[in-house]
Amino acid sequence: MAELLRHDQEGAARAAGRDEGRAGPPGPADGAPDRPLARARDGLRAYRMISAMWIRSTMAYRASFAMTALGNFAATALDFAAILLMFSQVDALGGYRLPEVAFLYGAAATSFGLADLAIGSMDRLGRRVRDGTLDTLLVRPAPVLAQVAADRFALRRLGRVTQGALILGYALIALDLTWTPLKVLLIPLMLVSGAGIFMAVFVVGGAFQFLAQDASEVQNAFTYGGNTLLQYPPSVFGKDLVRGATFLVPIAFVNWLPGLYVLGRPYPLGLPSWAAFTPPLVAVACCALAGLAWRAGLRSYRSTGS
Amino acid sequence: MDTALDPDPAPAPDPDFIALDGIEKVFDVRKKTGFLRRERHQVRAVDGITFRVPRGEMVGYIGPNGAGKSTTIKMLTGILTPSGGRLRVAGIDPARERTRLARRIGVVFGQRTTLWWDLPLIDSYRLMHRMYRIPDRRYAENLDRCVQLLDLGDLLDVPVRQLSLGQRMRGDIAAALLHDPEVLYLDEPTIGLDVVSKAKVRGFLRDLNAESGTTVLLTTHDLTDIEQLCKRVMVIDHGRLMYDGPLAGLHEVGESERTLVVDLERELPPLDVESARVVKVEGPRQWLAFPAAASAAPLVAAIAARYPLVDLSVREPDIEAVIAKMYADRASS
Ligand SMILES: Nc1ncnc2c1ncn2[C@@H]1O[C@H](COP(=O)(O)OP(=O)(O)OP(=O)(O)O)[C@@H](O)[C@H]1O
Ligand SMILES: [Mg+2]
Repeated sequence: MAELLRHDQEGAARAAGRDEGRAGPPGPADGAPDRPLARARDGLRAYRMISAMWIRSTMAYRASFAMTALGNFAATALDFAAILLMFSQVDALGGYRLPEVAFLYGAAATSFGLADLAIGSMDRLGRRVRDGTLDTLLVRPAPVLAQVAADRFALRRLGRVTQGALILGYALIALDLTWTPLKVLLIPLMLVSGAGIFMAVFVVGGAFQFLAQDASEVQNAFTYGGNTLLQYPPSVFGKDLVRGATFLVPIAFVNWLPGLYVLGRPYPLGLPSWAAFTPPLVAVACCALAGLAWRAGLRSYRSTGS
Repeated sequence: MDTALDPDPAPAPDPDFIALDGIEKVFDVRKKTGFLRRERHQVRAVDGITFRVPRGEMVGYIGPNGAGKSTTIKMLTGILTPSGGRLRVAGIDPARERTRLARRIGVVFGQRTTLWWDLPLIDSYRLMHRMYRIPDRRYAENLDRCVQLLDLGDLLDVPVRQLSLGQRMRGDIAAALLHDPEVLYLDEPTIGLDVVSKAKVRGFLRDLNAESGTTVLLTTHDLTDIEQLCKRVMVIDHGRLMYDGPLAGLHEVGESERTLVVDLERELPPLDVESARVVKVEGPRQWLAFPAAASAAPLVAAIAARYPLVDLSVREPDIEAVIAKMYADRASS
């Protein structure tokens, strides 16, 4: 087979000669992959474009959109009906009255709804990894995370946000609190940081799906499960669970810590009161960690044989 | 340096436009051998491949199933990171700067679409327009051209999932070309197409390469694609490059044979001549195989001198058979 490889050797010789003469390819120093800001901008741009396209295409069928949005709203509304039902039997849940529970519920549901609206499509990633269709996202000039997150962007998920916001609104009216400027400020801060923390959990779940491709159930346990957990006061649960939700998967920072400060209740783990103001920091840290996990996950992607 | 948007159809010649040096890809495969027991082993999908493709060339990349063709293309696009070796496309390391390279390459996977499955074809194109930042005029021109030459006019408003395989493939080829890529990778672009569609796609690719100077790397199992499109062909098997040169040269390497068909006056036992062997007898007609490199004249003279010859014809070797023989030899060695 020697004659077959003639070309190879020539090629190799040419390559060797060339490499000496040239300054060499751009090294990792000027490497485009490591400019987080530029990447974030590119990502947001791609996200906007793709989600806008999906919105346009779903709006083409307005009636069906209205139906599914309403259905989404109704399904989540039933969720709260269960809590109302409980309160028809008892006056307090874990020492919390209805408006207080509604406050925690509304805060968690709104944050979760926002995260779900933004990147709820992440749980389809496992299938893409399994059947190799992620390949097609990798050959486009946009960050993969943005493309995966914006895939099938569905405005109907606004139903969940609306439900959460309505219950939160009811709670704010019904609560009998002495409002301070700090408490007022804390509410939008809590919602935005909460959404950030949930998004980080979604992304980590996505990264995990690169390794275990049928892991979307695990992801759902943390996202949907976490959301359900947060809708009740922490005093309902055992100390260990609260500890896990605070220090391990820090979803307690979504609404428990800031929420209990607003309600003027002590946090069961005896954390200092300034901890109520850390959710933005926790959210940023979670998102950074999630970004690293995502990169590690994406790097382990190996396509499929066909 | 960035020529992606340069409308000049004749960019500087670059012999090392696509350059692979000892490229390897090893997959770790885990196999279940029992409850909770797993065995790890390695698949060397690509095993030290070196080649160059100059700018503007159209090259066929062929090999049997599992040879490593798709794996090579995935490394050339940055989808997979090579396990070893050095790889450059237009001076860019694909794995490291995947998104930057993406603007300059077009990819068509015959097996799967790069279009948005649930959306009308035109929506995918509009999104490409913005995602690749294609200047409006270029986009309009390119889209017009593709729609015309690939017959997409009636399909633009059809959701991709409703397109037939051939229609989708044409849609995919158009999508890969809207941003004027410098390189086009085609992984089995004619798989499952009917004769008319195949001809259309081939004609389109030939014109594209001739007019825009787009570099094309094409894998296929249909050798007619190669015969009609590529002057140069690379054959790989088990992840190694076995042949790299003109298609015609395969005959020499493959030790292929021509066939001499002779019509005799009457039925005879198989002819006995030195430089050829009889492969088939049918009444007075006999088929003799002889080395493709040898001349037919002495053979014909030898037969005519000893047997009652009525008519004869020479058949050139079938490239398909040559390749098949090559794959088979390789597998048994
Ligand atoms: N993601 C993967 N994980 C494990 N093994 C893989 C993977 N992709 C490819 N392989 C293996 O690598 C080898 C080469 O595969 P590849 O898809 O490159 O072949 P091919 O030449 O494209 O074949 P075909 O003509 O059938 O498309 C095969 O043995 C295949 O099983
Ligand atoms: Mg293949």
